[in-house]
Amino acid sequence: METKPVQFKNLSREESYGYDRKTLDYIRNAAAHGLYEIRGMGAKRKLPNFDDLVFLGASMSRYPLEGYREKCLTKTVLGTRFAKKPIELDIPITIAGMSFGALSANVKEALGLAATEMGTSTTTGDGGMTPEERRSSKILVYQCLPSRYGFNPDDVRKADAIEVVIGQGAKPGGGGMLLGQKVNPRVAKMRTLPEGVDQRSACRHPDWTGPDDLAIKIQELREITDWEKPIYVKVGATRTFNDVKLAVHAGADVVVVDGMQGGTAATQTCFIEHIGIPTLAAVRQAVNALEDLDMKGKVQLIVSGGIRTGADVAKALAMGADAVAIGQGVLVALGCNGETYFQNGAHHDAIADYNALGTAPGFCHHCHTGKCPVGVTTQDATLEQRLTPAVGAKHLKNYLKTLNMELTTIARACGKQNVHHLEPEDLVALTIEAAAMAGLPLAGTNWIPGQGF
Amino acid sequence: MERLTFDLATQPLRELNTFLHNDAKDGKARHVTVLNPDGAHNIAVGLDCPVEVEIIGHAGYYAGGMNKAASVTITGSAGTGVAENMMSGKVHVKGFASNGAGASAHGGLLVIDGDAGLRCGISLKGGNIVVGGSVGSFSAFMAQAGRMVICGDAGDALGDSLYEAVLYVKGSVKSLGADAQYEPMTDEDIAAVASLLDQAGLDHDPKAFRRIASKRSLYHWNADANQEY
Repeated sequence: METKPVQFKNLSREESYGYDRKTLDYIRNAAAHGLYEIRGMGAKRKLPNFDDLVFLGASMSRYPLEGYREKCLTKTVLGTRFAKKPIELDIPITIAGMSFGALSANVKEALGLAATEMGTSTTTGDGGMTPEERRSSKILVYQCLPSRYGFNPDDVRKADAIEVVIGQGAKPGGGGMLLGQKVNPRVAKMRTLPEGVDQRSACRHPDWTGPDDLAIKIQELREITDWEKPIYVKVGATRTFNDVKLAVHAGADVVVVDGMQGGTAATQTCFIEHIGIPTLAAVRQAVNALEDLDMKGKVQLIVSGGIRTGADVAKALAMGADAVAIGQGVLVALGCNGETYFQNGAHHDAIADYNALGTAPGFCHHCHTGKCPVGVTTQDATLEQRLTPAVGAKHLKNYLKTLNMELTTIARACGKQNVHHLEPEDLVALTIEAAAMAGLPLAGTNWIPGQGF
Repeated sequence: MERLTFDLATQPLRELNTFLHNDAKDGKARHVTVLNPDGAHNIAVGLDCPVEVEIIGHAGYYAGGMNKAASVTITGSAGTGVAENMMSGKVHVKGFASNGAGASAHGGLLVIDGDAGLRCGISLKGGNIVVGGSVGSFSAFMAQAGRMVICGDAGDALGDSLYEAVLYVKGSVKSLGADAQYEPMTDEDIAAVASLLDQAGLDHDPKAFRRIASKRSLYHWNADANQEY
């Protein structure tokens, strides 16, 4: 007698948690191509982040300041340890390092224009300094990266601060890449590379290995600049407590800690999603390291990686950061993932161009292709015209202004006349994970996981 | 003042470098002698004018680093990263050089009379390097442009991940790195080697050198490269 298998109507349609459609798709792609995926942007997975913290606004036990009228200072000074000319910013929100190559020259100029109007700094990236960004940025931080593409002493002297990049939150331990589509003649020339090559950037600096060498390297940069300019050291967040201590030991004026939500223009997805720790955990470790060395306030801390809102800025500052750096949020303000772009006085639909990349506004991470539908992460002569410096700068200025207003209004609600007076005591966590990572009590308790009851 | 002497036994390094960046640039000295370097790091870094600096003795890390237009001579040996990121001018090490000599140099000429350590000419971006002796492993790693002339032997993985830089070796090569290959010497190569040897003041037969350049098989990302990136 023929037997039929028993049919469980619902279970036969049950999606596997471990082998869900996304994973099946990944395996099929790997099997088809023999290559890992490369993409742009940062980690997409759900991570404990600043949304898992809330402020304890002033009430009976604390006295708030009037939300709009009363003074709340945002001035931020970076590089007070050794530099003769520290950086003075009007707001504690800076523009993160992003390369000309990843971004168009128009975008780099827009960043400079907006940052200058807001009294804050921009940062170069791999591939060197463009005249556009130097001209448009009042305060420009010049990165010294492992690849040294386009790195030269004239630009060192033109910079307002130097940032030695050890790593990036999206890919700690990994070098950079810029796929051939973006290596146009100008980018190629700046980087001394043949046009159109899939460019690899080294993951290690060519002339030093380890923190003792770095101390000498930093001294070299100081000697070259006659001890005038602040030297930042940027690390991707991994063993942050030790790394920050070593950066301080090596002589950094400022330490930049970039958490795993930090973006990239092109990196292996397995790096973006699986290497590094969340920004929330990294800030706590970085602050602990500075306190452990009694260097809090002497060496400044800049936090980046998933800072999106004024509340994020306020929380980072309350946890002990002196400033934040924003990359992806800035690009979104310029139009990244938007449905339209603004050109010749009118909005134009970009959806067809997203579709051509196999994506849609809101999901796009195709910075690596250089075919950015809204003209932000491209070197294409036509596409880059979709974002003009003036329009980009206007939007970015508005974004930065909004963040700063949110920051100060939160600070006032916590009774602070200066955003740098925000403190860990102003914060509690909403989840046990965030409480443990941030070293803050779970809301409504005085319990900090890992620190006893 | 044409000639000036700095004694690092009594004068701080910062004074020397500041002098070289400012007064020397203003023409207050054409020739500066540095006494008692005693392995100090960062001697004569970031120079930006055609001054001649002679360091009598051994220098530490990054001697002549980021040099532009100046001529720096070290009568002894040099530490890590001598002439790193040089733009133009000349750095001459009469003794030996440690690791990363001439790293990422965009221009200029680095001459090392003795041997060089690991990663000599790493990330070279257009500068020229002539080594009278041998070079250590991983030399010319990811070198993008410029030329290296090695009169002695080379260690392992010479020219790994080369871009457009060209290497010339007279002695034995322990192994070539990924994507590096021997190529025939053309008349142009022989002339280039002869010219560099001449500028370095070294006497070798240019025809005795072998040319190494990139296979260019790693220029584009593909699955069959078996992780050799």
